[in-house]
Amino acid sequence: MSEEFEIAIVGSGPSGLSAAARAAQKEISHILLETTDHASDTIYKFQKRKFVMATPDVMPLRSDTSFAAGTREEILEKWDEEIEHQKVNISYNSEVTGISGEKGNFTLEVKGGRTIKANHVVLSIGMQGNLRKLDVDGDDWEYVQYQLDDPEEYEDETIIVVGAGDAAIENAIALAAQNRVALVNRKGEFARIKAGNLTLVTEAIDSGLIECYYNATTSRISPGEIVLKTPDGETTVPCDRIIARLGAMAPRRFVESCGIKFTSDEPSALPELSERYESSVPGLYVVGALAGYPLIKLAMNQGYEVVETISGNEISPADEPLLEEKFAALHGRGVNEVLKEIQENVPLLSHMSALQFREFMIDSAVHLAKPGDVIFKRNEYTNSVFSVVDGRVNVQINAEDDNELVELKNGSFFGEMGLIAGRRRTATVVAKTECFLVETPRRAMLKLISSVPGAKKVLDTAAIYRQIQTHLTPNIEKELLKEIVDTATIESVSAGEKLISEGDESDHMFIIRAGSMTVSKVIGGRSVILSYIPSGNYVGEMALLNNEPRSASVTATVASEVIKIDAVAFRELLGRENELKQVIEEKFQDRIVENLETEDRPEAGDIIDFLVGQGVGEASDVLLIDESLCVRCDNCEKACAETHGGISRLNREAGPTFENLHVPTSCRHCEHPHCMSDCPADAIHRAQDGEVFIDDKCIGCGNCVNNCPYGVIQLAYPPAKKPGLWSWLLFGSGPGPGQDKTNTTKVEGARSVAAKCDMCKDIEGGASCVSACPTGAAIRVNPEEFLSITNLAKSS
Amino acid sequence: MHDGFLTYANSRYLKLAAAVCLTSIVAYILYEPVDEHNGGTVLGYILGTVGALLIFWLTWLGIRKRKYGGHFRLTGWVSAHVYLGLSLIVVATLHTGFQFDWNLHTLAYALMIIVIVSGIFGIYAYARYPKLVSANRRGASLDDLLTQIGDIDRESRQLAVGLPDEVSSLILKSCEETAIGGSIFRILSGKAVNCPSDNAFAKLRGLVSSVDQEHVLNTRKLLVLTGKKCGLLGTVRRDIQLKALMDIWLRVHVPVTVALLIALTAHIISVFYYW
Ligand SMILES: Cc1cc2nc3c(=O)[nH]c(=O)nc-3n(C[C@H](O)[C@H](O)[C@H](O)COP(=O)(O)OP(=O)(O)OC[C@H]3O[C@@H](n4cnc5c(N)ncnc54)[C@H](O)[C@@H]3O)c2cc1C
Ligand code: HEM
Ligand code: HEM
Ligand code: SF4
Ligand code: SF4
Repeated sequence: MSEEFEIAIVGSGPSGLSAAARAAQKEISHILLETTDHASDTIYKFQKRKFVMATPDVMPLRSDTSFAAGTREEILEKWDEEIEHQKVNISYNSEVTGISGEKGNFTLEVKGGRTIKANHVVLSIGMQGNLRKLDVDGDDWEYVQYQLDDPEEYEDETIIVVGAGDAAIENAIALAAQNRVALVNRKGEFARIKAGNLTLVTEAIDSGLIECYYNATTSRISPGEIVLKTPDGETTVPCDRIIARLGAMAPRRFVESCGIKFTSDEPSALPELSERYESSVPGLYVVGALAGYPLIKLAMNQGYEVVETISGNEISPADEPLLEEKFAALHGRGVNEVLKEIQENVPLLSHMSALQFREFMIDSAVHLAKPGDVIFKRNEYTNSVFSVVDGRVNVQINAEDDNELVELKNGSFFGEMGLIAGRRRTATVVAKTECFLVETPRRAMLKLISSVPGAKKVLDTAAIYRQIQTHLTPNIEKELLKEIVDTATIESVSAGEKLISEGDESDHMFIIRAGSMTVSKVIGGRSVILSYIPSGNYVGEMALLNNEPRSASVTATVASEVIKIDAVAFRELLGRENELKQVIEEKFQDRIVENLETEDRPEAGDIIDFLVGQGVGEASDVLLIDESLCVRCDNCEKACAETHGGISRLNREAGPTFENLHVPTSCRHCEHPHCMSDCPADAIHRAQDGEVFIDDKCIGCGNCVNNCPYGVIQLAYPPAKKPGLWSWLLFGSGPGPGQDKTNTTKVEGARSVAAKCDMCKDIEGGASCVSACPTGAAIRVNPEEFLSITNLAKSS
Repeated sequence: MHDGFLTYANSRYLKLAAAVCLTSIVAYILYEPVDEHNGGTVLGYILGTVGALLIFWLTWLGIRKRKYGGHFRLTGWVSAHVYLGLSLIVVATLHTGFQFDWNLHTLAYALMIIVIVSGIFGIYAYARYPKLVSANRRGASLDDLLTQIGDIDRESRQLAVGLPDEVSSLILKSCEETAIGGSIFRILSGKAVNCPSDNAFAKLRGLVSSVDQEHVLNTRKLLVLTGKKCGLLGTVRRDIQLKALMDIWLRVHVPVTVALLIALTAHIISVFYYW
């Protein structure tokens, strides 16, 4: 005999649970089937006490099941309570092995022989049920596992971790604290892992903390040992435990057996779904991670929506109120109407799917500007990008003359240069007419560029033209540049890579659009650095002008991007444009003189070399210490701690020294901050004057700590309260000013968060380390000024 | 490379201090006291007041230094402190009219001179030692050096296992009893008396040729390691010595400042009392 329901929900993860709760609330007959003996197995298997995040923050939660950021334990406990309370009809130990039938008449096979009939089916089984297995002889040994709950549970064991993804690395590193750990990597390197994990694992392997077998696969396992196939033949490694982290896949075979089509044959492909999450089988819906929304809150919202859809309610998406509020200023026009207007008008934004675009607009802001309103100013450090949906703006391209204007019409965008170069705005933009603008922050913009090829193309084409015009040929009509722009391409250069090699034939010149370079020349058998060239400058024009081989090498100091300009087109332009030729010729002369100066004084070049090696090449502001003046009083550190909640963000003594120039461990405020790249809470930002800072959204995940190549971020607990200056002075109550500079001991109930230098952006009088230095040894410098040869020459 | 506190803002405070001294001297020459030059004349009172105000202001540096954040440059304060502090030599001396005696007033004066002299030593220390610290450490931090020493100790202990007692006891002593620091005089001397590591190094040289053949290799390794350790210890001791030298004068400067404030207050009260 089989049971009958209106809706059968398969899988009790956040999406399934939310769907069932909705059905229970609406008194729709339903059943929630779960393989395991507890709800929400994926979350159940998180590391103990893991802090679960509720991203994206702005997205409201729409579910009868509650959810907020908190520990794994808190969340699971609450859900269990609600299942009970809300009369969710959940059936544990019920693995669904097959789904057949059609809308109004589905049959679900449950392991153990039970069958269930349902009019509609919601498939919410996630991906974690389908972990890749080792699949070798002996893999049934009881100490082979595919998950790690709590690394602290293991002590003094020899553990083999198989895999080279983030999960494997994170496990290996956590385990290595108390165990002997070896990693088995199928490849010769660690590709496709987070930069931070790469640094960590490389360090751990180099220091011998973790052993690593490269190009190795598992041949077989027997109790107490694993046999690896390595390039040098088979090796047997004794071990107490094997943890294989090989990733998860969509349980494709099962899903396809239900009749559901996938979008492609790619291993990463997902089921084909309508906007209402209906699969290719009518009446069979897919939500949650399997639908491509691998975040708890999104999954829960979908569970709610899908039940509403099934019960015939056309409801608008959960983000509708957010967009309504955002568009409120637009005289009450409907959300869809506005969205459509924007996409139709702005080619840059037209390539996104409807769902992508909604997300994009939630991150963006809309502005109505009046004629004369300043949108942004030259030299600001803001890095959002503006799209002109309607109206026109004027760009003041000449710092000396506010009347030299370029007009941008509706459909265009601006502000991308700051985004690309990570530097100050190069122009001021003023509204010319009434304008409807969309402002998109850096993060959303980067996501757009990396995930939508069409948008990247639009952006690149416009950017090439603008960068050539700004940095090379300011006074030349757009039409005359066509040939140069058409033949120009964008190239990436990795740190340390040579863009130009001395002695080579020359057939291109380059504009540096992101990053920075050094120019060097072999003199007396030794490579001597002649100058430092920040982005926004061109290189390689010398040889082109004279039709000679390259006279010097140009090397990227950090990952950089250049616009490569064809020699033929460039020479032809110079042939036509006498004035331009003169300007370039003049700059060329200046550079020759400058180079001669440094050739005489190689020390300046050595200083550049040293500083560039310390990341100053990508810095926007860096703290240096003149050791010939520094009396090691550490008042800088004390000042930092005293003005930043008791935690010094700078370590004076650590860091390298060259001659008397010391680069302490302190934030460089990178042009493209590495720390920002992977902050799940979006807690790291750049302020108007360039300060990179962390706000109180930080959840202490530590990604930024790992991602910063200069080791300047630390996780710290908030410190205990301190006595005032006078009571310390007069009554000796401690700790005194500057004592107890870091605090890594835990105050009851406190959570550690990331702390780094914010250049004292909220403190009157600027950087307190510099103002507290008694001898003037500590200085903050802008690398572009500091590294100019003339400056270095003057100072020593 | 850029301006330190001595040349801060084009030596603005050097000029100011020079002006103060010059004015005082000129006033002293021009002024004709009824009786003779001393603190009780009109000019005496003026100079005394200026001097006392300067002293209180100079002392304020200790507070200023610890109030972090805000529109100020401590470098500028120190620059002014140094030059105006020096100008006291002129201002206060002229105030006294060279009337020194064994009394409270002269005690205050003497204390002031001690503070100033210690300050002058401070300037010498600040000018000379920072470069020596860098040169001595050659880019390594103190922590690095201590870690290296720890590593050598660990390696030495392992090597010493199985070697004759005379060798292993030397190494054990070197690992366990070598002290860095100690009394302030020891630190300032930069040397260690009877350092077990130096000792071990000296004795190992002899032992290398006298131990059994099978132990020669390891004993020689120990000799090299211990030699390296002694070198590192030298660097560490020198580092601590130099840092102490940059700090020690403040241990005179500040307490004597406190004594000076007390004596000065007493001086001022007493002259008003006898008035
Ligand atoms: C290590 C890790 C950390 C994460 N951290 C976060 C975070 O901090 N914040 C966040 O928002 N997201 C996080 N996620 C993502 C989040 O866990 C998933 O997006 C979310 O769990 C997806 O929910 P779901 O309902 O689609 O599927 P799941 O949660 O995977 O649930 C699927 C359920 O279906 C059951 N099931 C599977 N097959 C069957 C079957 N055939 N029959 C019956 N039942 C079945 C399973 O037992 C399971 O209980 C993290 C994921 C991982 C792996
Ligand atoms: C408000 C500030 C001051 C006042 C009002 C003041 C007042 C006086 C007076 C009235 C005298 C003459 C006393 C006498 O002849 O018996 C005197 C002398 C003297 N004062 Fe001051 N004084 C001041 C600050 C100072 C300072 C800053 C110093 C140095 C630290 C100083 C050191 C002396 C000395 C050494 C004498 C000479 C004592 C002597 O005559 O035997 N005074 N002062
Ligand atoms: C009577 C005069 C002086 C008084 C009362 C005085 C007092 C002080 C005080 C209270 C401090 C603060 C120390 C601390 O808290 O760390 C200080 C620091 C200092 N003083 Fe003086 N001082 C005097 C004269 C001088 C002179 C003449 C010089 C130099 C020639 C000098 C050089 C310094 C220096 C270099 C510092 C250290 C600054 C630092 O490293 O923070 N002082 N002094
Ligand atoms: S924290 Fe590190 S990565 Fe981030 S800006 Fe500072 S130096 Fe650059
Ligand atoms: S620890 Fe760093 S990356 Fe993680 S949330 Fe905080 S700021 Fe962001």
